[in-house]
Amino acid sequence: MEPEKRMDKRIRVDLNLEQNPISPFESLSEEVLFLILDLLNSNPLDRKSFSLVSRSFYKLESCHRRWLTPLRLDLLPSILTRYSSISHLNLTLCSRLTDVTLASIASLLSSSLRSINLSGSRSYTHKGIECLAEKCFNLEEIDVSIRVDLGDEVAAAIGKMVKMERVNMGRCKKVTDLGIGCIAAGCPNLKLLCVKGCVGVTDLGVKLVAVKCRKLQSLDVSFTMITKKCLPAIMQLPNLEEFCMTGCLGIDNKAFVNLKQGCNSLQALDMSNCEHMTDSGVLSILQKYPNLYHLNLASCSSVNVSILSGLKSMCKLGSIKLDGCKVTASGLKSLSNSCISLKELSLSKCPGVTDEGISVIMAKHKDLVKLDVTCCRYITDESLSAITSSCTSLVSLRMESCTKLSSEGFRLIGQHCPKLEELDLTDNDLDDEGLRSLASCHNLVSLKIGICLRITDNGLIPVGQSCPRLQELDLYRAIGITDKGVSAIADGCPHLEMINMAYCTNISDESLKFLSKCSKLCILEIRGCLQVSSVGISAIAAGCRLLSKLDVKKCCEVNDAAMFSLARYSHNLCQIHLSYCSVTDAGLLALACLGSLRNATMLHLSGVSPKGLATALLMCHGLTKVKMHSSFKSSIPRALIEHVESRGCSFHWMYKPFQVDFESSELWKQQSHDLFVE
Amino acid sequence: MKQIIGEPGIDLSSDSKMDLKLTRNSESFHKPNSSNHNLNSFNQASQYFPNLSPTNFLSRAENLQQNLKTKSTNSFEPNLNSGMATQNPPLDWDPHAMLSNLSFLEQKIHEVQSLVQSIIDQQAEFSSRPSELATRQQLATADLTCIIIQLISTAGSLLPSIKNTLLSNNPALRQLVNPDFNNNLKCEGLIRNFPETARNSEYEDLLRNLDNEADWMKEPNPLPQSDIVDANPIDEHDLKESDDGDAEREHLPPGSYIVLQLEKEEILAPHTHFCVICGKGFKRDANLRMHMRGHGDEYKTPAALAKPSKEPGSDVHPVTRYSCPFVGCKRNKEHKKFQPLKTILCVKNHYKRSHCDKSYTCSRCHAKKFSVIADLKTHEKHCGRDKWQCSCGTTFSRKDKLFGHVALFQGHTPALPMDEVKASGSGQGNDDMTEDLGGYNGNFASEECLTSMDVKGIDESRAYFSPMNFDGFGALDEFGRGGFDLEDNPFAFIPSGFGQRSGDS
Repeated sequence: MEPEKRMDKRIRVDLNLEQNPISPFESLSEEVLFLILDLLNSNPLDRKSFSLVSRSFYKLESCHRRWLTPLRLDLLPSILTRYSSISHLNLTLCSRLTDVTLASIASLLSSSLRSINLSGSRSYTHKGIECLAEKCFNLEEIDVSIRVDLGDEVAAAIGKMVKMERVNMGRCKKVTDLGIGCIAAGCPNLKLLCVKGCVGVTDLGVKLVAVKCRKLQSLDVSFTMITKKCLPAIMQLPNLEEFCMTGCLGIDNKAFVNLKQGCNSLQALDMSNCEHMTDSGVLSILQKYPNLYHLNLASCSSVNVSILSGLKSMCKLGSIKLDGCKVTASGLKSLSNSCISLKELSLSKCPGVTDEGISVIMAKHKDLVKLDVTCCRYITDESLSAITSSCTSLVSLRMESCTKLSSEGFRLIGQHCPKLEELDLTDNDLDDEGLRSLASCHNLVSLKIGICLRITDNGLIPVGQSCPRLQELDLYRAIGITDKGVSAIADGCPHLEMINMAYCTNISDESLKFLSKCSKLCILEIRGCLQVSSVGISAIAAGCRLLSKLDVKKCCEVNDAAMFSLARYSHNLCQIHLSYCSVTDAGLLALACLGSLRNATMLHLSGVSPKGLATALLMCHGLTKVKMHSSFKSSIPRALIEHVESRGCSFHWMYKPFQVDFESSELWKQQSHDLFVE
Repeated sequence: MKQIIGEPGIDLSSDSKMDLKLTRNSESFHKPNSSNHNLNSFNQASQYFPNLSPTNFLSRAENLQQNLKTKSTNSFEPNLNSGMATQNPPLDWDPHAMLSNLSFLEQKIHEVQSLVQSIIDQQAEFSSRPSELATRQQLATADLTCIIIQLISTAGSLLPSIKNTLLSNNPALRQLVNPDFNNNLKCEGLIRNFPETARNSEYEDLLRNLDNEADWMKEPNPLPQSDIVDANPIDEHDLKESDDGDAEREHLPPGSYIVLQLEKEEILAPHTHFCVICGKGFKRDANLRMHMRGHGDEYKTPAALAKPSKEPGSDVHPVTRYSCPFVGCKRNKEHKKFQPLKTILCVKNHYKRSHCDKSYTCSRCHAKKFSVIADLKTHEKHCGRDKWQCSCGTTFSRKDKLFGHVALFQGHTPALPMDEVKASGSGQGNDDMTEDLGGYNGNFASEECLTSMDVKGIDESRAYFSPMNFDGFGALDEFGRGGFDLEDNPFAFIPSGFGQRSGDS
């Protein structure tokens, strides 16, 4: 907000001198303009406006830009000629990235390119990477994750980049030790390596990395086959700060108990889902890593927290995740005794968490910043009073599905936690009174009050009035909310980026018109809002140019007109859910012209013919995932489907019967609770 | 008094078995001689043999018994105090007769063996004299028939007399029936000061069944323990404590274990397990047990077929180590820095590898030679298939070796398998790409096109739906939507129809 204002003022001043024969914009020095550009980061549209001011501004903006995230591949050549000094290129939104593209990128940007992100992009092979390795000799960061078909050749190509520092190869399932060995031997400056889910990687490769890349700071070997054999080598890395080994089933107690050497530099250790870890292993970890700050033990079901009583002081441990572990009141007591400087605590889905445990923790740890007690169904207002009375600096509080809490407890949150930024009260018994008191948390950025059936506009309006920083609002199935409440939100929260109003049946086009004022809105979910029509969607499309995800399932009034406006304005639209809408072939074809569209769900579109659907599929180049009704499978030519699939699109053929109407939210909640009780 | 701790029981059992086997070996060593016999002498031999052999046999058997007896009297006297003399069940068959029967069978089989061997050796001669061949074949058949008859009669006398209960309940006896070195002498880690009584009871049983004359058992032995050492005859089979054995490698202090030394012939013998009934040899105890089933139902019981397991108090087994018979070898007990071998198998492999000719040559490389056939097989599995290669050209048979090499040297990287490397040749890749360029969407057509392209988005105010959109998905009109749309009216145009040109609104 700040920089924009400043710029507006300057321009106004300049405009007063219109008589001056020289354009007023030319009088600004480059340095000043660069400074302005430095501050134009909050909204991508700002930079666009800037470059539209004049030719020189346009040129300056082109020179200044370092980061680029192209939406559409077909524009890449022109973009790259314009922005020749790009150093960080993010191609994650371009799904069909071929070797040719990579080769041209390499020759255009050559030495200026520092970082390239190819995560999830398809169609390129190791040849493209080799082009990068040849020409972009300053490349320091590369992300080739989520390419399950890429093998060791890609890793070998990366191994030729001598200056490489950060490599992400997550889920490149065909990469083996050989590839990792190439990277280890070829990139001596490596600081970050992620081989998450590379199932072919074993101890040998990881060991070689640990031997060769002594500057390594962050290592992620989650879901690989490593065992304790590679741990001693890893622990000798002098600079290792972050070590993640989620779901490494080969790691057990002995791995750490027998480890002679600890690692003084290690700060974050993630061993969630290591099912074979038990108490003694955790205990020896805590003893051997004196500087550990983050410890993640989520879903280590055999770890019992009470072992911590054996530790006198783990003074540095600041953040611990115990999701799904065995937690008892006494365990929490020993935890609070031994971990003196705890800042973040996650106890979600720990069935043993009770009021007593929470009170014990809260009595000791006054400066807790983050607390997660999701699905701790036994805690009551007593816990909340303990939390709020001691932890006044709480920033994040997540307590989804804590059904025993009452509005009195929520009032305490509003009174005592003014610094709260993230609050998750999904599926709680929240009412208007509670919500009103929450409005006094002026710093709220994310508020999730889905499945709180009792809240109405009376509660929401104060939130809109007093939480100007709100970016995320979840009102899923908050059936009491109407246009009035949404208008208050739209007025009071200009930074809103995400709003979920699914099944808020009282919402109409008016709400969307109000929301179109929130120019940063990018995720809109209005599934099942029967009153919403094309008028509202069109308003959103025109107002919220950054819209990237739209869910209008079962909004039966939404028709082609909405699609036309989306096609016209929403060039960032990546994902759309259109099932049950009144869209016809024309609307679909208009939508298909959106080059950015990657993900579409199109079930039960009564107005769409197989021909129209086929044409739309052909036109929409960027598609990566399409969900369609299986009845279309036979009516769309096989060759066409194969062609679209060869462009990198996967089809999900759904067989779901047409649902005429959906159950009311009360019934739905009752059903979900019954499910829990069972 | 280390020598006393040195197991008298083991001493005896292993010794007796060795004796038996040695006789068998010596028989087989005579083979060449017998094969040299001409037909006449052979015929004579076969005629007089039945008369002669029993005496031979008896004398040999007597020797053996004598041997056993002296050993046992020498070494087992101390055990008699434990009152085992009272529990000495009489057996209802004559072991003397049995032994002579068996020995006869053994000798007979060897005779047939040598006969057949001679047939093979003199095959060339026989081709000219077919009648002689026929005579010899008849002879062999007759001998075989004789053996079968003898075998059946022996088995008939033997089998019912051995009680199943004895077999299944008495491990010592079972060990005796299946002379299994590895099981008998398996070392069980470091054991010192094992309780003598428990240990001895086992050997009592062993002896009782081995030699049921057992007169010596009834008279207490006057010899004190210290005399045993002196009385122990020192022969080449004798086990002996190594005085200067340096067993630091496995952290066994010298003297805490027994050292056995097998003879060269025994080490090189193809079989180690012999059937007590028919004398057939086996490499594995399990095979022998399978074989034993054919000798009667009592060998088919689960107990008899089960792997001879150690008794619950198995820790009473003495720690046993082996010495190599090759004098001067570090593994020989006389060596100053003696390092004992752990098992019989170690002895065999060590002896073959270190002191025998390498007679097996690899059929792939014709260079590597081995004396142990298993080594050859292991080598042949991997010979010529060093598939792990380093960028420096060195190949490795194993991945971990390659990675160790790469870890050691700066600048070396693992090389991908050849086919992949060829495919990823970068120059070739570039050529491909320039060729591909033409087909790429029309926009990315070539480098020149790339550089000459300007962003004209601002000036373009073309129709949103240009007909090009429908001409084909390869030629979308891009400039109209170059990120700068100036249209503000959300309903600025509604397409009049698809596939036709729609004008600006």
